[in-house]
Amino acid sequence: MEDLKPHGFWYSPFTMRVVWTLKLKGLSYENIEEDRFNKSPQLLEYNPVHKKTPVLVHGGKPICESMIIVQYIDELWPQNSLVPHDSYERAQARFWVAYSEQMVPALPALIQSNSAEEKEKAVQKAWENFKVLEDHCLADKRKFFGGDKINIVDIAIGSFFVFFVTIEDLKQVKILVAEKFPLLHLWFDNFKNAPVIKENFPDREKMLATMKPFLERRLASS
Amino acid sequence: MEGDSVKLLGFWGSPAVLRVKWALAVKGIECQYVEEDLSNKSDMLLKYNPVHKKVPVLVHQGKPLAESLLILEYIDETWKQNPLLPHSPYERAQARFWSKFVDDKCMPTVVAAFSKVGEEQQKAAEEARENLKRLEVGLEGKQFFGGDNIGFADIAIGWLPYWIEIAEEVVAINLIDAGSMPKLNSWFHAFIDIPIIKELLPPRHKLLHHTKAFLQA
Repeated sequence: MEDLKPHGFWYSPFTMRVVWTLKLKGLSYENIEEDRFNKSPQLLEYNPVHKKTPVLVHGGKPICESMIIVQYIDELWPQNSLVPHDSYERAQARFWVAYSEQMVPALPALIQSNSAEEKEKAVQKAWENFKVLEDHCLADKRKFFGGDKINIVDIAIGSFFVFFVTIEDLKQVKILVAEKFPLLHLWFDNFKNAPVIKENFPDREKMLATMKPFLERRLASS
Repeated sequence: MEGDSVKLLGFWGSPAVLRVKWALAVKGIECQYVEEDLSNKSDMLLKYNPVHKKVPVLVHQGKPLAESLLILEYIDETWKQNPLLPHSPYERAQARFWSKFVDDKCMPTVVAAFSKVGEEQQKAAEEARENLKRLEVGLEGKQFFGGDNIGFADIAIGWLPYWIEIAEEVVAINLIDAGSMPKLNSWFHAFIDIPIIKELLPPRHKLLHHTKAFLQA
């Protein structure tokens, strides 16, 4: 039994990446749910640099940064590999994982948008990234970014798309528009229905219920 | 010979390009270097890096790769001599962590410290110093991030103190303080003294001139 303790909060896309990876590898672990607004002293000790989740504590040793954790797990447990075998393809996968970070600002921009104009602007910004993915990664109509099976790119980008579709409900705005991004839309359908991902996909109602207070908190303080 | 050909598209003043040059040098890999004019990017660069349109781009066997840190990983996996990343997955995660920390946190605060003015500059400088001090955790009990020899993180990070030293000649603030950051300071001097590292550094006077133009624009 491996001594694996991921610290995170269940609704964070960065934590999702770690949980999905542990599940895809069939690993058992003890989940440590952190409170985002009241972080444990343990967490601050394990990640003194960023003071953020997720942190994976393995045998008492902490690893930080979600995609670094994902690669760590993949290297230690090579079954059901999450990176391409070919070194060039592997580098390309890492390129798209790095690219996914460009989408991070879109999330708070969308959450914080209120007027129709603000929403439009935030959506357009997200769409710039969607177009790159649609044109560069999915043009051969592959099922996943990893081809026939899920890889680190699916995990990285899938976690953000959980948020995008949650925001669609929260803000009453269409983001993943099938007519505009047919390949991306299909990909996300494939991803959320894939074995393991499906059983570990955050519940839609629970996500809405959790995210709503954040919206209200922001509106109250603005 | 196309089979083994390695080409690097770069810019002499780019730290990201320098990382790749250092990695190739450590591995003893010959490459054809192509200097780009960043104000007039070549069709080749735009074709090879359509997403970001930036240097460095490594072209190996006709296939292009962009983003310096992942180019380093590719180089390390393709040419096995003189490994850059450590063997243990935990140590590899640490090397990747510190390299990412420099790109995500150190670099923006350092740039802000040199480009802002007044109170904003003081605040940015304070933040930059805190971030730089944190790097010392990665050097705990070691001469280099890679241990006794330089490795992935040394190559990823080693350019930063050189650039800072030069920028400090243009803008009068002090970021790397030997007193409060002794480990970082001695690491940097040991790193920069290594012959293959030293000989690939952009010439100081040229970089100073370039940095002046950049910061005073």
